[in-house]
Amino acid sequence: MKIPLRRFLPALLLVLIVIPAFGQQLDVAAFEKRITVKKLDNGLTLVVMQRPEAPVFSFYTIVDAGSAQDPLGATGLAHMFEHMAFKGTTGIGTRDWPAEKAALEKVEETYAAYRAERYKPVGHDDAKVKQLEEAWKEAIAEAQRYVVPNEFDELLESNGGRGVNAFTNWDETAYHYSLPANRVQLWAYLESERFLHPVMREFYKERDVVVEERRMRTDSQPIGRLVEQFLGGSFATYPYHRPTIGYYSDLYYFSATDAKAFFDQYYVPSNMVVAIVGDVNPAEIIPLAEKYFGRLPTRPQPAPVHTAEPPQRSEREVQLRETAQPFYLEGYHRPNYRDPDDAVYDAITDLMSNGRTSRLFRALVRDQKIAAEAEGFTGFPGTKYEHLFAFDAVPLPGHTPEEMRKAIHAEIEKLKTTDVTDEELKMVKTRAKANLIRGLADNAGMAFQLGLYQLRYGDWRELFYSVDRIDKVSKEDIRRIANKTFSPTNRTVGIIETIAGSHPQGEKEQ
Amino acid sequence: MNRRLSFALLVFVMTMSLAAHAQKSQAPADPELQKIKTPPLPEFHPQIPKRIVLPNGMVLLLQEDHELPLVDGIMRVRGGARLEPAAKVGLVDIYGDVWRTGGTRDKTGDQLDDFLEARAAKVETDGNVDSTTISFSCLKPDFDDVFKVFLDVLEHPAFREDKIALSQYQLNTEIARRNDDIDQIARRVATQLAYGPTNPYARFPEYATVAAVTRDDLVEWHHEYVHPNNIIFGVVGDFDSKAMEARIREAFGSWPKGPEAPRPEIAFHPEKPQMYFVPKEDVNQSDIQMVSLGIERNNPDYFAVEVMNYAFGAGFSSRLIKDLRTAKGLAYSVGGGIGSTFDHRGIFRLGMGTKSATTAEGIAGLKQELQKLIDDPPKDDELRMAKETILNAFIFNFDSKEKVLREQMSYEYYGYPLDFLERYHAGIEKTTAADIARVAKKYIHPEQFATLVVGNPEEIGNQLKSQGPVAKWDITIPPPPGEGKSPAGSQSK
Repeated sequence: MKIPLRRFLPALLLVLIVIPAFGQQLDVAAFEKRITVKKLDNGLTLVVMQRPEAPVFSFYTIVDAGSAQDPLGATGLAHMFEHMAFKGTTGIGTRDWPAEKAALEKVEETYAAYRAERYKPVGHDDAKVKQLEEAWKEAIAEAQRYVVPNEFDELLESNGGRGVNAFTNWDETAYHYSLPANRVQLWAYLESERFLHPVMREFYKERDVVVEERRMRTDSQPIGRLVEQFLGGSFATYPYHRPTIGYYSDLYYFSATDAKAFFDQYYVPSNMVVAIVGDVNPAEIIPLAEKYFGRLPTRPQPAPVHTAEPPQRSEREVQLRETAQPFYLEGYHRPNYRDPDDAVYDAITDLMSNGRTSRLFRALVRDQKIAAEAEGFTGFPGTKYEHLFAFDAVPLPGHTPEEMRKAIHAEIEKLKTTDVTDEELKMVKTRAKANLIRGLADNAGMAFQLGLYQLRYGDWRELFYSVDRIDKVSKEDIRRIANKTFSPTNRTVGIIETIAGSHPQGEKEQ
Repeated sequence: MNRRLSFALLVFVMTMSLAAHAQKSQAPADPELQKIKTPPLPEFHPQIPKRIVLPNGMVLLLQEDHELPLVDGIMRVRGGARLEPAAKVGLVDIYGDVWRTGGTRDKTGDQLDDFLEARAAKVETDGNVDSTTISFSCLKPDFDDVFKVFLDVLEHPAFREDKIALSQYQLNTEIARRNDDIDQIARRVATQLAYGPTNPYARFPEYATVAAVTRDDLVEWHHEYVHPNNIIFGVVGDFDSKAMEARIREAFGSWPKGPEAPRPEIAFHPEKPQMYFVPKEDVNQSDIQMVSLGIERNNPDYFAVEVMNYAFGAGFSSRLIKDLRTAKGLAYSVGGGIGSTFDHRGIFRLGMGTKSATTAEGIAGLKQELQKLIDDPPKDDELRMAKETILNAFIFNFDSKEKVLREQMSYEYYGYPLDFLERYHAGIEKTTAADIARVAKKYIHPEQFATLVVGNPEEIGNQLKSQGPVAKWDITIPPPPGEGKSPAGSQSK
C-alpha cells in the first residue's frame, strides 16, 4: 500500500523528499561550471544546466502563483488557467483568428449577461435566465467552428514531447515536458508563445473537464474529502484553507475573462523562472530565450500575500463519518520555508517517516502492531506561507483513530523530552546527502528543483547549501522545535470514523 | 552481432526519417512555425551493457555509468504470483516482503535496516506477478559492505515469524481497504471480467488465503526458484566492469544449477460480454471500464496495434481525449487501447470517469469510438501523427544507461531478441493505413466487450436500463476464517 496522504500531493512530495542536502563527493563549484543563470531584460529568469548524457532535454516553467492567489469567489481559477495554457495561441489552434476572436468576445458578452441574471437575488426571472443561457450556448457553438482542437498538444506530442503536463498547487503553477535536443528552437517558440498569446478557447467545456477532475480527486475519494475539510478547519485566513481544485459554486461561476485577468496579473516575467536541463548549450539557449521569451511584456510585479494566519488558540477537530475504513491525520502550524529552523523540520520529517528505521514505523507498525503505515512530515499543504507539520496513520483492521492519536502523541512526547541518538542524527544527515546525489541523474527532476530554488530563494545554489543547514541541526534543535511546534492548542485533527450503513458525505452539486 | 553498430545505424535511420517528416508534417496556421529549424538529432550511440553468461546459467548484464558515485543492482528471479496456489494467493507478496524484512541467519531484518540506513543504502526484495526481485542501491564507497548484505539476504534468508505476521497484517489492511477507492474497484473487477475471476492474473488475496501462508511456504518457494539459472542480474553505476565481473564470478562461481522454473500455460476464460454494475454510494462520478482480451507483444501485429493505440487512446491528441474530453467535456480521465504484455495476452481496456448523470452518454461515447475505429480507422494525418509521436520520442526509450539496462533485462527475461527496440522502430515506421484497417478488423470485436460501471446507484438512476441485461458484481469482502462477518467497516452489499 502506498502512502495515502502524500499520494494526494505528488508535487509536494518532490519538494519534501528531495530537498535535503549535499555531499562530500560533489560540491557546488562543480555545478557552477554546468549551470548558467540569465535574467532577461523583462525580468524572466532562465536557469540552464548542461547534462549531455543523451540528446534530450527537460524543462519546467514555474510561475510564482498558485491557488493561494485565487480571487475571493473564484477558487480553482489558477488551476483553470493552467488547463487553458494547453488550448493554443492566436496562431495555433485556430482556423481564422480574427473571426474566432470576435466569436469569443461574443461568448463572454453573452456569459456575462447570463451570469448577471442567474445570480440576481431580487427580480430573478427563470425564463430570462434560460433565454440568456441559450444565447450563450449559441455563441459557444459559433466560436467552436474556428477551433482546431488539441493542435498545441499535437504539435508537442508529434515532435517527440514526453511527459507533456502541468500542475497547480497552492504555491505555484508549473508546466513541463521533455523533447529531443534538436527541438530547442521549437520549444522556445511554443513555450513563450503560450504565455505571450494565450487564448481562452473552449473555456466552458474545459471547465466541465475540471469539474470532473474535482469529482475524481476530491468527492469520490474518502481521503480527498477529509483533506478538503481538514485544511478548511486548519486555517482561518489566506492562503491554505481553500481547495486548489475549487468549489462547485465558483467553478460554475468564473469566466474566461476572469481567467485572462488572472493571467494578466500573475503571469508576469519577473514572477516566472524557466529551468532547462539536458543536452543543451547556454550559448545557444540564451540567445533563443532572449529572442522568444524576451517578447513577453514587462508588467508590474503582483503584490505578495500579506495576510497572516492568526495564532491558533484552541485545538480543532474535523470528523468525517464514512463507510470507508478509518484514517487519522493531525497538523501543527509552523512558519514558512524562510524560517531559520526550516532544516530542523526537514530533519524531523526524515527521522519520523523515512523507511523501516523511522520512529513512527517502529512504534506504530512494528512494535504496537496497530497501524499499517504512519508518517510525520512538513510542508503540508505547501511551504511558501505558514503551513503545517502533519502526522497521519492508517489503522490496521480492528484498530481506531483514537489509538493512532495516542501512539503519535507518545512519539511526539519522546521527541520533546529525550534527545535523539547520535546514530539517528547521523543517519538523517547521510540520507540527505545521498538523496541529493540520487536526484541529479534526472533531467526533469533537476529542472524542477533548480527552478524552484531559484524562484523561492533567488539562487539555485540554495538547493546545495541546504546540506549545511541540515548538517548543522543539533539534538537541542530537534527538542526545541518539537516543544515549540507540537502543542495541543496548535493542533488540528482530521479523522475518518467508519460507520455502518451506506450514506455518503460527498458534496452535493448545485 | 555488434550491438553498438546496429544501434548507430538505427539512430542514423531515425534522424533521416525525422527530417523527412518535419518537411510535410507541419502546415498549421501559424507561419512562425515554418521558420523553426529542426536540425538532425546528433548521432547517439546508446551504451549496451556487457552481457556475460556464467557457467551455472546466471545471465549478467553490466552497465558502467560514471556520472554519479552510485552503484545499483537488481536480480530478477523466475517464478511469480501466477504460480502460487489458489488457496494461498498473497504468498508471493508476503515472500517479497519477508525475504528481506525477515533477516538472515546472522542478522535480524531490523539490524539490516540499521546497518543499511546508516549508509543511505538499500537492499530490497519484491514479489511480482511473473517474477521476484532482489536489489541493492548504494554510494560507491559502500559497495563492498552493501554487496555483502545483498549476498547474505540472497543466500541465507531466515523468514522470521514476526515479520511474516507483520506482512500479513499489512496485506489484510489492503484487503479491508480495497473497496474504499472507486478506481481500485474498477480496475480490479475489470481485470477479473477480462481474464476470468479465477485466472492467476486476476486473483486477489483474501483474508483466508493470506492466513493460509506459512513460513514453510516461503522457505519452500525460495528453494524452488532461487537458482542461478533462473536469474538475470543487472548492475549499473560507477564501477569497472572487469573488477565487477570478477567480484560476481567469485560470489556465484560455486553456486550450482537448480531446476528450471516452469513456464505456465494459463488459459483465459473471460466473463460473459454484458453490462456489470458495482454500486458505490459515496461517489458522484461513475467509473466506466470496457474490457476484452488484448494481445501478446510478440504478435507480428504488435507494431500496427501500437500505432493504432496512439491514435485511439494514448496521449492528449488521441481520439478518446479529443472526442470525449475536449469536445464533449465528459471526462477528465479517459483513455484506452489494446494492451499487450511480454508473455501473455494483455487486456484491451477502455476507461473513463464521468459524472453520474452522464454515465449512459459516456458508455455510448466509448462504444461509438470503438465502432468508429473499425469503420473509419486512422489514416493520413492521424496515422502520420501517431507514427511521429512514437518515432520522434523514440530516443526516450534509451536516454539513460539505466533505461537501456532495464530494456535489455526485459528482453533477456522474456526471451525476446535483444534488438527488439530496433525491430520496434522498423515495425512502427513501415506501418501503413492498410495495416491499421486490417488490425482494427482483426482485433476489435465490440460484441466481445464486458462493460463495467462502478458508481452511485441513486444518482445513476435507470440509465443502465437501455444497456441490456445488467449483472450486479459482488465485491463483498469474504470474512476472515473463523469469523462470521467482515472486520469492522468493510463493505457488504
